Amino acid sequence: MTRIFIPKDVAALAIGADKVAKKIAEIAAARRLDVTVVRTGSRGMFFLEPLVEVETAAGRIGYGPVAPADVPALFDADFLNGGAHSLRIGRPEDHPYLARQTRLTFARCGITDPLSLVDYAELGGWRGLKRAIEMGPPAIVNEVTQSGLRGRGGAGFPTGIKWKTVADTQADRKYVVCNADEGDSGTFADRMVMEGDPFMLIEGMTIAAIAVGATKGFVYCRSEYPHAIRTFNEALRLARCGGWLGPDVAGSKHSFDIELRVGAGAYVCGEETALLDSLEGKRGIVRAKPPLPAHKGLFQRPTVVNNVLSFAAVPFILAEGGKAYADFGMGRSRGTMPIQIAGNVRYGGLFETAFGLTLGEIVNDIGGGTLSGRPVRAVQCGGPLGAYFPPSLFDTPFDYEAFTARDGLIGHGGVVVFDDTVDMAQMARFAMEFCAIESCGKCTPCRIGAVRGKEVIERIMLGTNVDANITLLEDLCQTMKFGSLCALGGFVPYPVMSALRHYPEDFRPRAAAVAAE
Amino acid sequence: MAASASDNEARPGKSGGNMPNMAVFDEARAQEIIAEHIGLEGPLLPILHAFNEEFGYVDDAAVPLIAQALNITRAEVHGVLTFYHDFRRVPAGRHMLKICRAEACQSRGSEDVARRCLSELGVDWHQTTRDGELTVEPVYCLGLCASGPAALLDDEPLGQLDPKKLAGAVEEVCGS
Repeated sequence: MTRIFIPKDVAALAIGADKVAKKIAEIAAARRLDVTVVRTGSRGMFFLEPLVEVETAAGRIGYGPVAPADVPALFDADFLNGGAHSLRIGRPEDHPYLARQTRLTFARCGITDPLSLVDYAELGGWRGLKRAIEMGPPAIVNEVTQSGLRGRGGAGFPTGIKWKTVADTQADRKYVVCNADEGDSGTFADRMVMEGDPFMLIEGMTIAAIAVGATKGFVYCRSEYPHAIRTFNEALRLARCGGWLGPDVAGSKHSFDIELRVGAGAYVCGEETALLDSLEGKRGIVRAKPPLPAHKGLFQRPTVVNNVLSFAAVPFILAEGGKAYADFGMGRSRGTMPIQIAGNVRYGGLFETAFGLTLGEIVNDIGGGTLSGRPVRAVQCGGPLGAYFPPSLFDTPFDYEAFTARDGLIGHGGVVVFDDTVDMAQMARFAMEFCAIESCGKCTPCRIGAVRGKEVIERIMLGTNVDANITLLEDLCQTMKFGSLCALGGFVPYPVMSALRHYPEDFRPRAAAVAAE
Repeated sequence: MAASASDNEARPGKSGGNMPNMAVFDEARAQEIIAEHIGLEGPLLPILHAFNEEFGYVDDAAVPLIAQALNITRAEVHGVLTFYHDFRRVPAGRHMLKICRAEACQSRGSEDVARRCLSELGVDWHQTTRDGELTVEPVYCLGLCASGPAALLDDEPLGQLDPKKLAGAVEEVCGS
């Protein structure tokens, strides 16, 4: 029997993975070949999807991107034994895109059946949890602190300190909440974890629960991810059946269970306090801090709120030790970051690597420049609230502090590439428009500022009192940056101001620009 | 097909196609849904989602029922219902097309794909085609950021779209 691996990650499904799988099964049946199709997560090389892998004597051999029409030729080329074909990429792990990565969090993604407890355990799963149970809560917190792990959702707050705060707070009930409201454009790493290696997230949250003494966990996943929701709910069911969740986690005295909750299309619920209000059944309105969620979080109880990628990093840290994780990275940015290379880029996908690569290396060497073949003009890092970087800043290392020093943010690790056809005034206008649509409405700078910001940019685009309106826009951005309650209104000045600073020509009257050429 | 605002498209009771979730609002069934979820911690969003799925929208008549069961005011239920983009207060078309408008898809030409699609259907964002087949909503990121322009047609993800490919997918689901 030959095993064939085909991703069921939504990024593969969106470009025909199911049709390819069906075609392979049909032809194998017609030719009376003994094959089993295993559906996996994605390796994260989206330019090769649908990527079909075949288990051969020489290891797994990949073919991609495979269209349904290619399938008969693949059989004719004896792909079941790794035969030569123009789509053959060899062993995926030898492909330069994967070979250059350091995959700690995404070590299993794309290799295994995400819903196989056997596969998970065989490839190192649960080792972190077992060690955590042996070492006990204070030692777990120490290990995470020593790893230098910082919140991967965007804020970069040290995870160990957050956990210690919750562990040290007395309460009758504590919660662990996973922020899976991955709303940033250009990001898909949380989704890939939930679809491709869901038990890792369950393991990470369970370790957190033991560390802080929580008995209930929630994953708040955005409704735009229906496939991730289905896979993760099934993973929860299997984990309960396997004894990894429930009244005696992995045979220990710890009780912990997780419930998946679905958001309802509000971007602001990615902000942790709005997320907590939403979980409680309220409007997703940002809370003023303090109190911190670590002291008074969900239902006013001490709550650990971390991003999917933060929890997903924890099983490795517990299994291999905090130091092993901290050995990767630079400065105060320790460990690896799953960078998501997206937008108009030739080799888009997930690239997990230690902090420190420059933006230029990410966009040009790894991403291969634009898909359109035109020059790169702008790169937006950190989602819709992240700054636009021009190629002149491509020497910026991918590191929390280095990006802050250049008035940007790495956020959740999304890198969106634009070619030279982009209109940066239009992108600035879009940033304000998006903020206006998604503002929770609690604070004035965000609620009204975003609407006024969009109007001012529209006036600039029409060439009305351009200099005065640019001054007004800069002033408004200052107000929003320092006067908003949370990062939505507070960070929307990043894309707007960076567009204005680096691409001033796009904000000059169009008629004049055309005349000048 | 001519445009018609979704607000005028209230056609409860019309069901068919592949969307089994369109039903007439039914108070007994509504009470059952509430009862199924009331034991959850923070049950309001799960209840509203369940209404959305069962009936295709959340009928105004559901608001006092939910308020009563959760011991909160109707204003509070209304506040939550109207805060979130997902909860519909009028039924949608039999099929739902969500086209991504976020930056990563924009960089790959999604705005042009969306404009062409809306123009061919004769609707604007948030509207339903006059025959009640299809509602088109914007969505801000489907996590298909290296495979755009992207859309979600009912539950089917679509990537690397161009105007022709999207039109074909719509036709396949809705008929011509």
